[in-house]
Amino acid sequence: MASTETQYLDAFRECRARGNASPAWLNELREAGIASFTSLGFPTPKIEEWKYTNLGPIAAFDFSRRSGTRKKISQADLLSEAFADASATRLVFLNGVYAPELSSRDRLPEGVRLQSLAESIKGDDEFLSTQLGRYARYRQQSLVALNTAFIGDGAVLVVPPGRRLAEPVQLIYVSGADGEQLVTHPRTLIFLGAGSEAKIIESYIGMTRESYFCNAVTELIAERDSLAEHCRVQREGEAAFHTGTFEAKLGRGAHLTAHAVTLAGSLVRNDVHVALEGEGAECILNGLYLGAGRQHIDNSTVIEHVKPRARSFELYKGILNGAAHGVFNGKIVVHKDAQKSDARQVNKNLLLSDDAVVNTKPQLEIHADDVKCSHGSTIGQIDPDALFYFRSRGLGLAEARRLLSSAFAADVVARIKVASLRQRLDEYILEKFREI
Amino acid sequence: MLDIRSLRAKVADKEILRGIDLHVGTGEVHAIMGPNGSGKSTLAHVLAGRENFQVTGGEVIYQGKDLLAMNPETRAREGVFLAFQYPVEIPGVSTVYFLRAALNAARKYRGLEELDAMDFLALIKERMKLVEMDQALANRPLNEGFSGGEKKRNEILQMAVLDPTLALLDETDSGLDIDALRVVANGVNALRRPDRAMIVITHYQRLLNYIVPDFVHVLFDGRIIKSGTKELALELERRGYDWLKAEATAP
Repeated sequence: MASTETQYLDAFRECRARGNASPAWLNELREAGIASFTSLGFPTPKIEEWKYTNLGPIAAFDFSRRSGTRKKISQADLLSEAFADASATRLVFLNGVYAPELSSRDRLPEGVRLQSLAESIKGDDEFLSTQLGRYARYRQQSLVALNTAFIGDGAVLVVPPGRRLAEPVQLIYVSGADGEQLVTHPRTLIFLGAGSEAKIIESYIGMTRESYFCNAVTELIAERDSLAEHCRVQREGEAAFHTGTFEAKLGRGAHLTAHAVTLAGSLVRNDVHVALEGEGAECILNGLYLGAGRQHIDNSTVIEHVKPRARSFELYKGILNGAAHGVFNGKIVVHKDAQKSDARQVNKNLLLSDDAVVNTKPQLEIHADDVKCSHGSTIGQIDPDALFYFRSRGLGLAEARRLLSSAFAADVVARIKVASLRQRLDEYILEKFREI
Repeated sequence: MLDIRSLRAKVADKEILRGIDLHVGTGEVHAIMGPNGSGKSTLAHVLAGRENFQVTGGEVIYQGKDLLAMNPETRAREGVFLAFQYPVEIPGVSTVYFLRAALNAARKYRGLEELDAMDFLALIKERMKLVEMDQALANRPLNEGFSGGEKKRNEILQMAVLDPTLALLDETDSGLDIDALRVVANGVNALRRPDRAMIVITHYQRLLNYIVPDFVHVLFDGRIIKSGTKELALELERRGYDWLKAEATAP
């Protein structure tokens, strides 16, 4: 293990030495997490899946020092940053810790379980001990291992079979607000019972310009015939390091739409892993990443077709300006039994400057013989014909570029079914490209 | 209104316009005809400010101002409008949104108040009748998946909304069936005004049966080789371009 990882090991030992009242199974899980992280270490570009992304700056950063600023944030600021409605059912976490005063569960229908993970751990039921860490691959993925070692708080949502949630549930993770914790490991567990339906918005926002590290893991289990929309919106601080892992398992006939919207952060890696484990399961993966300055944004997705007749549609789009660096790794694995699989993947990138860079790598790994699979990726600039068309109608060069850049993102945003989020994102994007 | 003097332009070292002289007065409709490759579309695009054409000589005076010194958006705001032969498809921006932004850019330039969404909707609804366009079309992404006829109607709709002083119609009849041609031509005719000039670029006489020009010019090999009235167009229809080509190339 490199010396850079030792601060995490020290922190872990310190944490354990202080003692805690956690149930034994959780302590075992944490120990397994730190053991795995200790042996894996931070991923390096020598690993194929990390070829274009170097976590060196995260590994080297001394997060034990304390932040100099303390900032109180208002609920209004918080909701606006998180693109959330004031009336929305939500759990808010400040620097990794549940903040009941900013959360709202009044409108949550009865029978639906929405709790902070810390609350849930105290209640210690069999559900949590059997599901938490069941699918997140902490033995293979070092960032998941690190998160697992430090499981403390986060969110738990359980929708009973057949239950349909009319309104979205919002989970808001805030870093750099009114506190000093510079490293957080938010953990989210979402369980959708058979035939249930839910929309979940997970927002990661930063209220500081200082560096910090947010290493989030979400597990989503969608049982047979359930219907889920999961929106992950990342608006961390400009100097933030953000690594997020989303692990989903879909049962027979289950349907998941998962959006990954990356708007900020200095070094960002999103790992999405969806296992279509039931026959006829379907997932739509939808991604948007907007980079500027020296931002580095890596989206790595793996879709596994395990059973027959499952379908996956993936569209990731990136717009990169300045000297931003975008990475897309899209892997589709069709297992031997997954006949009649239908998998389509598209990655499109728009480069707004000469210094912006993107690496895109689609990968198909097919072990079945009767499948439909396609993938494609493009990298381009704003179409000069379109630009002239706009200018010939009287729109200035900057305005024309702004509209055309926003237009590039429009089809991804249009797929978000939560109307309030969709509208706010549209406005945000138009505003963001005002200065290009 | 428009004075083109000895205009020369090239693209990628190939000279396309080789000395164009043309005077267009207020309220006049001029047709520019000519065989393929004669430079008709280049002329329209040079006047609109397309940057991949390099002007190598001559000048263009529009309402007393040096047109060639302006960037494309300034020309548009000054009242120049080009209806494209091949309108660009823009997924992600609706015609309504695009056109309001364009109109407001021009209004701001002219010191007028910008139109809000409600007022603009009323305006576009009224102008859509001119081109018999369905309102649903204006809410769809700009030109995306539009038929040839729908695209051309959309061009004329944009012209009707932006209310130009000088309209350049580049091969507006191409790709249109006879019904669409009539609708588009009716739209154009409804927009003829004493204070507005039009230059209609076309390969065929067909369009000129519907949009009757005051003057007809024949462009060949980057020069205007013959000018006349609408009868010239009829003669071209009968005799083709070859007799003129022969005249033009005769020593």
